[in-house]
Amino acid sequence: MPETAFEPWKDPSAKPLIQFRNVTKRFGDFVAIDDLSIDIFEKEFFALLGPSGCGKTTMMRMLAGFETPTSGTIMLDGKDISPIPPNKRSVNMMFQSYALFPHLTVYDNIAFGLKRSKMPKDEIDARVKEMLRLVQIEKFGNRKPEQISGGQRQRVALARALAKAPKLLLLDEPLSALDKKLRQETQFELMDIQEKTGTTFVVVTHDQEEAMTVASRVAVMDHGKLKQVDTPDQIYEAPNSTYVADFIGDVNIIEGHATTQGDTVAIAWAEGQPSIIGTPTRPGMAGKVSFAIRPEKVAISAEKPKDLNNVVQGKILDIAYLGNLSTYHVALPGGITIKAQTANSRRRARRPFTWDDEVWLSWTDTAGIVLDS
Amino acid sequence: MRRLTWFNATSLTLGFAFLYIPMIIVIVYSFNESRLVTVWGGFSTKWYGELLQNEAFLDAAWVTFKVGLVSSIIATILGTMGAYVLVRGGRFFGRTLFSGMIYAPLVMPEVITGLSLLLLFISIGLDRGLFTIILAHATFSMCYVSVVVSSRLVSFDRSVEEAALDLGCTPFEAFRLVTLPIIAPAVISGWLLALTLSLDDLVIASFVAGPSATTLPIKVFSSIRLGVSPEINALSTILIGIVTIGTFAASLTTKRAVMRKDRERRLAEQ
Amino acid sequence: MNIRRIALISVPYLWLLALFMVPFLIVFKISLSDIALAIPPYTPTLDISGGWTEVRSFFSQLDFENFEFLATDDLYWKSYLSSLKIAFISTFICLLVGFPIAYGMANAPKEWQPTLMLLVILPFWTSFLIRVYSLIGILSQEGMLNQFLMWIGLIGEPLTILNTNIAVYIGIVYTYCPFMILPIYATLIKLDGSLLEAAEDLGCSRTEAFWRITVPLSKAGIIAGCFLVFIPALGEFVIPSLLGGSDTLMIGKVLYEEFFANRDWPVAGAVAVILLLILIVPIVLYQRNEQKIMEAEK
Repeated sequence: MPETAFEPWKDPSAKPLIQFRNVTKRFGDFVAIDDLSIDIFEKEFFALLGPSGCGKTTMMRMLAGFETPTSGTIMLDGKDISPIPPNKRSVNMMFQSYALFPHLTVYDNIAFGLKRSKMPKDEIDARVKEMLRLVQIEKFGNRKPEQISGGQRQRVALARALAKAPKLLLLDEPLSALDKKLRQETQFELMDIQEKTGTTFVVVTHDQEEAMTVASRVAVMDHGKLKQVDTPDQIYEAPNSTYVADFIGDVNIIEGHATTQGDTVAIAWAEGQPSIIGTPTRPGMAGKVSFAIRPEKVAISAEKPKDLNNVVQGKILDIAYLGNLSTYHVALPGGITIKAQTANSRRRARRPFTWDDEVWLSWTDTAGIVLDS
Repeated sequence: MRRLTWFNATSLTLGFAFLYIPMIIVIVYSFNESRLVTVWGGFSTKWYGELLQNEAFLDAAWVTFKVGLVSSIIATILGTMGAYVLVRGGRFFGRTLFSGMIYAPLVMPEVITGLSLLLLFISIGLDRGLFTIILAHATFSMCYVSVVVSSRLVSFDRSVEEAALDLGCTPFEAFRLVTLPIIAPAVISGWLLALTLSLDDLVIASFVAGPSATTLPIKVFSSIRLGVSPEINALSTILIGIVTIGTFAASLTTKRAVMRKDRERRLAEQ
Repeated sequence: MNIRRIALISVPYLWLLALFMVPFLIVFKISLSDIALAIPPYTPTLDISGGWTEVRSFFSQLDFENFEFLATDDLYWKSYLSSLKIAFISTFICLLVGFPIAYGMANAPKEWQPTLMLLVILPFWTSFLIRVYSLIGILSQEGMLNQFLMWIGLIGEPLTILNTNIAVYIGIVYTYCPFMILPIYATLIKLDGSLLEAAEDLGCSRTEAFWRITVPLSKAGIIAGCFLVFIPALGEFVIPSLLGGSDTLMIGKVLYEEFFANRDWPVAGAVAVILLLILIVPIVLYQRNEQKIMEAEK
């Protein structure tokens, strides 16, 4: 059954739920957000990804109403929200520390926001029970936050923030306090809940794996600016800068000098070596460039492969065996080290290479990406 | 590592003997039949009876109680506000002066606090009495309350308050429904501290109390200047008894609470 | 919302300004005035209704005469010196008494510690006056201490202890000891026992390990305890007036007597101002030590 892809950002007639218009936020001399504009659409699962101090938390706090922009406007549903205090916004937040009220039971924590909105008592009860069911903690309604486990607390925080059915739910590092296994399970549940409730989620995270898994679009941030906003596969396969390429996943970066050759570019990167042939990201690329290629796209072989433009010889320096994968660190002439990854798809395969072996590395013309440096 | 060597045992025994023997002697001699305070004349509770008939002491005790109760309540309210302003108030004009005024009375010699307040009351023409003692006590004990409450405020996660705002509370509601219940134990111990300081205070009260109001410490002070008396022993015993019972009750309650929390935490891990 | 914030800040702020700052400024002003046979017993008094000239003449009558008087009269500078000496010596004795107690507490079995802690805090909640009072009976001529010393045969005649400086030292050490014990205990309890084991492993004897590891690492607590005893002891009034003799000079007592007995308010004000100036040094040092402890904990 063909399914229409959910891509409102490609539809020029779609109305965004959130609009940042040239937003700048300064704390004293420090510029946390630097002239940033972005649209986020209804029902999106939007991830703000970046290292600590990149401004992602500030963006979220401005959406929640705890900070006001120094200049620029933030619109929710076409209305400027700057003058609206946090308690009047149809935006709820799930805090990194969960911020559960320690003196109230799980039930009362979830009912807290509903009581503030003067909802009739029986409706509150029905809504709280619905929320407890949604996050599968029906049994723990009468317990206090300190009487439940970390994973359960995370669910209470989510249920509490969702209870008021906000237009927008903000999640600040929602899974960072959980251990790895629980985190992976919860990622899928989070996506499930987002789909069921149809709420727009904006998640802040420094964990790229988490962002890639849950989000419909990922915004990579650095120093208060957006580096790239795109779907997870585009971010990974078509990064627009070495920063993004390096921040997401593992990458080899080779600096060189490019000249256009028809549809391709040839990159001279070391003396006495054949040029690397790559596909340009924009027409007419020339001059200093960076060639970025993911380790899993570099093939490693004992024999020199035929019919490929990009073939180099090198010596194995190090082997990292990760179980499912092996990564080879191969030294090329000219002092560059390239990582090549192979999947260990057979259990008792003899390891084909060992330290100090001379091997051939190869890749296709479209495997890497040529970026301006 | 933690073992009781002879050195530690000796220093603990001698140390606590030093701290407690004088008070124990007072307690023992309060039950002495004889008026002579150094000679044991047999067991008797007659000094307690005499104490309860001593109008001057009873009046002073009543004044002290009224002053303590009112001043500690004012101090708790003002001190909690002060702590909130210090920790959550952000920047405002004269913040440094404010925090200085919160901390300074803690180290100010009582004679200076007393003297300066008395001179204030005189220069604005306020009659000295119950009211001035209450003002003076509320002022210096609010600073102690502030310190106790602010250390609790500093240690708790600010995002809990933000969560309340996020869920639709006004700032005042957030304080009433979330902050206050969380800091309540600190507010209560601040109040107890303020009450104790007020009930105990001699120096400041003797400056700002007029002839119309005498507190118990002033009365006790003037009577022990004349020497040791069995009535004062009886009074001391009563006061020491109240404090001991109170302290033990408080420590038992906290111990119970800690044990309950431990149990609940184990429950959560299952 | 903003009005609420202003109200929240201004209520405690104005209260402290009116009842802490203003009174202190009044003390300062009176210390610059002259004694007079009037009500209030000093001059000049400010009468704003007299306008600008009145204010100017008011200021022109203020002078530092009282401070000059303090400097020339033996009684005052001797009292300051003697207060400093008494506070200093009793702080030192307090340390000698308090450290072993804190050390014993920190090394006591774990299940005893809450009880021992309670026993140190209990006197703290007990009336200060009553604790001083309890010493009077013991230190007097026919008191317990003399009876005990004669019973073991150490002395033949009862000693005069009460109403001397010795009684003042005993009183300060007795009442302020918990202030010394608690901060030292707090640092000792945090001391990692494996440090001492490491020191012994590296060849230190027990005593050496104590002096080279335990003492330096509890320095912050020792300093805090010393200031917590020294600062209040310096301005102490109750102890010298109940336990001390007529020749015990302590500045808190002098101030009290100057004010109530001699009714010389301007001199009492000047005594207070100088006492505060002396106190600023230990207070600043104490604050710095506290900051160091806070930073070390982060």
